[in-house]
Amino acid sequence: MSTAPNSLPTPPEELSLDGVTRRSTLKWMTLAWTGFAAATAAGLTATMRFLFPNVLFEPPTRFKAGDPSTYALGVDERWKEKFGVWIVRDTSSIYALVAVCVHLGCTPNWLAAQNKFKCPCHGSGYYVSGINFEGPAPRPLERAEIGISAEDGQIIVDKATRYLYERGQWTDPKAFVKMA
Amino acid sequence: MGSRWRDIQQAIVSSQLWKSIFRVGIPDTNRKRVLAMLGNVVLHLHPVKTRKSGVKMRYTWCAGGVTFFLFLVLTFTGLLLMFYYRPTVEYAFVDILDLREQVPFGIMREVHRWGAHAMVISVWIHMFRVFMTGSYKPPREFNWVIGVILLVLTLLLSFTGYLLPWDQLAIWAITVGSNMASATPLLGIQGPGTSLLKIGDIQLVTSTNDARFGLLGGRFVGAGALLRFYVLHCVGIPLIAAFLMAVHFWRVRKDGGISGPV
Repeated sequence: MSTAPNSLPTPPEELSLDGVTRRSTLKWMTLAWTGFAAATAAGLTATMRFLFPNVLFEPPTRFKAGDPSTYALGVDERWKEKFGVWIVRDTSSIYALVAVCVHLGCTPNWLAAQNKFKCPCHGSGYYVSGINFEGPAPRPLERAEIGISAEDGQIIVDKATRYLYERGQWTDPKAFVKMA
Repeated sequence: MGSRWRDIQQAIVSSQLWKSIFRVGIPDTNRKRVLAMLGNVVLHLHPVKTRKSGVKMRYTWCAGGVTFFLFLVLTFTGLLLMFYYRPTVEYAFVDILDLREQVPFGIMREVHRWGAHAMVISVWIHMFRVFMTGSYKPPREFNWVIGVILLVLTLLLSFTGYLLPWDQLAIWAITVGSNMASATPLLGIQGPGTSLLKIGDIQLVTSTNDARFGLLGGRFVGAGALLRFYVLHCVGIPLIAAFLMAVHFWRVRKDGGISGPV
């Protein structure tokens, strides 16, 4: 306790037991908790990364679809069951429509008599081009990457790359095969 | 004859084997009754005494208790089903058929399914009852929140379990349901704001790196989804639900027992 009336009391001398002081305790606690937090963060990150496999055992998305001359005008369903793709030929190009309804993922049907794709789940309807015109589908069907193989001239379709009309991607040269 | 029987009884009850299991002895005093309850790992989950308010069925409908009972039935029947069901694309569907036809008491599969329906119904009735009796009001608000989370977990258990028979209903229901995950903001490939997450030109969130992919373990509902949903259904979600139920029941206990006055 100080005897001078207006000065602060003097702090006690640094108390320590075997060198353990308030300062050293705080230093170690900070180190310990930082280490704990870092380890926890690392563990959570590792857990999340664990859930995303690097290798998928799914069928390959790229396939050869035959010679372009074997495709007549209109919708061809020969690959629909195996690869989920329609090959469509119009007067100036050939393109591949992915047979997955953009509403909730069912497989639409091609109704040749009515000249439209129609989804049996909720009634989404699409024109031959893939553009949606009825039902709950919010956007057109997606087109898959399509090209001609350099070695044997066959059509090659790759479902892994998609072209979306609403993003202006149908004009991309890889979204159709020209003047076929 | 009677005293012979009493001698045998006395010998058993004073043996070290008996005393090591039953530490308190016959609960013939109030003190011993309390000690017997508190010292037993199963018995102490219930309060020593039950209040009269706790048995007012017209008030509580016993809806929470029925839900918990159904959860236990589902756990038990589910465990039994696990002896015969293999969560692979090759076996899932035929294993369910075999369960129904080749296994004695194969009705177990239906009991599990009906129990699931019943549990969803009773959990809604419980929620309705709690709302109608105002049992969510302070100081019980947090327990209501826990209850809502438990409701969501119950529905998720139904969702994950629906895929396991691997029939047309299952695959398409889960396809439609999981497609919603791709609409997650920022983390789903069709969600708003996702194209903002990129480093330079490279998109960080792609069809093999979004919330839907993490849920399905693949680009479509296939072997990965079946196995993930199986693990979530049998282990993951039940563990979380069990923990939250412990908190839920503990809260009721500590607030003075079910349907006690505020």
